[in-house]
Amino acid sequence: MSDAIKQATLEYVIRLGDDSVVLGHRISEWVSYGPFLEEDIAYGNVALDYIGRARLYYSYAAELADDGRTEDDFPYMRSDREYRNLLLMEMPRGDFAYSQVRQLFADAYAAVMLPELVKSKDETIAAVAAKAIKETKYHLRRSRDWVLRLGDGTEESHKRTQKAVDQLWGYTHELFDMDETEQLLADNGIGVDVSKLRDAWHAMVSEILTTATLTVPDDSWAVRGGRTGYHTENLGHMLTEMQIVHRSHPGCQW
Amino acid sequence: MTSQEDNFMRKIEADEKIEPKDWMPEAYRKNLIRQMSQHAHSEVIGMQPEGNWITRAPSLRRKVVLLSKVQDEAGHGLYLYSATETLGITRAELIAALQSGEAKYASIFNYPTLTWGDVGAIGWLVDGAAIVNQVSLQRTSYGPYSRGMIRICKEESFHQRQGYEALLALANGSPEQKQMAQDSLNRFYWPALMMFGPHDSESAHSAKSMEWKIKRETNDDLRQKFIDQTVPQIEVLGLEHPDKAIKWNEERGHYDSGEIDWDEFYSVINGNGHCNRQRVEHHIAAHDEGTWVRDAITAYNEKKNAKKAQNVA
Repeated sequence: MSDAIKQATLEYVIRLGDDSVVLGHRISEWVSYGPFLEEDIAYGNVALDYIGRARLYYSYAAELADDGRTEDDFPYMRSDREYRNLLLMEMPRGDFAYSQVRQLFADAYAAVMLPELVKSKDETIAAVAAKAIKETKYHLRRSRDWVLRLGDGTEESHKRTQKAVDQLWGYTHELFDMDETEQLLADNGIGVDVSKLRDAWHAMVSEILTTATLTVPDDSWAVRGGRTGYHTENLGHMLTEMQIVHRSHPGCQW
Repeated sequence: MTSQEDNFMRKIEADEKIEPKDWMPEAYRKNLIRQMSQHAHSEVIGMQPEGNWITRAPSLRRKVVLLSKVQDEAGHGLYLYSATETLGITRAELIAALQSGEAKYASIFNYPTLTWGDVGAIGWLVDGAAIVNQVSLQRTSYGPYSRGMIRICKEESFHQRQGYEALLALANGSPEQKQMAQDSLNRFYWPALMMFGPHDSESAHSAKSMEWKIKRETNDDLRQKFIDQTVPQIEVLGLEHPDKAIKWNEERGHYDSGEIDWDEFYSVINGNGHCNRQRVEHHIAAHDEGTWVRDAITAYNEKKNAKKAQNVA
């Protein structure tokens, strides 16, 4: 592996790890706040899958970095300006409709992205993707069902769900942005060219939203910046909470 | 005694299980609903003090383990609600009783979780005390409850191990971490002993529950088991035992121990714990906030069913 590719792969794996840990953390905030007990269990499972995924990416990052850092140094010892997750993942949990719409957008993204990532020439990345594909099938079925029920449920649930769709739509554009790092990896068969996936994602999401009697928004606004560490105000607060114990005891084992 | 009562007592004495469709005295049914629902509510309310630390867990591994554990508690709650429903009461009624304060949950959860060490202490001591009780309840006379306990015990022993292991990591860590472990042990040891309930002589429900074999061992016997098993565990951690009177009694083959502060026990049960109101309010708030979601599901299903009916016609 050339140095440039190794560096790009490290950066890429950290990005994917950040996406996973941030979304997993947001979902975990629902524990004991769900609308009923069965849902607490089901949604908790999704959180577990995402945090599990983050661990796989970060331990690979530690291996690639080969500088003494461990799996936990990446999520716990970097500030929000160093995080590289997509903004969609860091938005607060909001109400149940907001979380389920975000989940649908993220799950649909995973559903179009992972089948490409599994073809990666990097065996570790391909293996993580293979495991994640199976989880995503279940995740997408779940978030799709929720959006259908909430969109086509009561007047109130419809209103809340449409509002969530409208508020989150502008954060989905950067899911399909490419930069030099990702282009280099795509060209070398390691990473995914996500710019080619928006149509498939749009078709999948539109079909679900329409069936749920919801309106697919126009592409009238877009917020970008997650991959360069230009985050919303939400991430700093999330990390403050997540990192407090770890950072208060430097160098300790848990 | 009627022939039905005779038959019921014959089964109890022969250690046969009572099943949902069997005749049972009304007081037996009521006693079971009280105990089983209290057990279910404890699992559900218990999600809060531990859930309090999911977002602050100090490593991803610990975060995953804690999240899985809290998930399991939710599963146990669900399982126990279903088992209680076999006695002719609905989950909605049970939840209403929890929220009105009519039904109780384990008072240990009225204590706050203040540090990461408390997560370990709860797994080790609180789940540990629960297991001692639940192992005994595997032989309870009501079939669905007994089977539920067998299933739940398997998972609880995993919980106890993870809690102990988390505390062991602290005890072997920095001086601050070790202090954290000692502090958690000090705060949770006595409340864990209280989980077994009042002394047998003071226990309101014990005598009848023993006669009906709902309970199989007395509060004091179960508590003694827990005290005995905990001493060597504290030694391995290298922490100080919170009970200065703890002493091996060769003659009894058990540890002698100091007296529990029962005033504190009753004070916390009666509303003076740090979290009594918080736990119930949290449950009510989440339940109320979920109303529009549950309504949406009902409305959606009705629409689907109406459509189906239309298609058939």
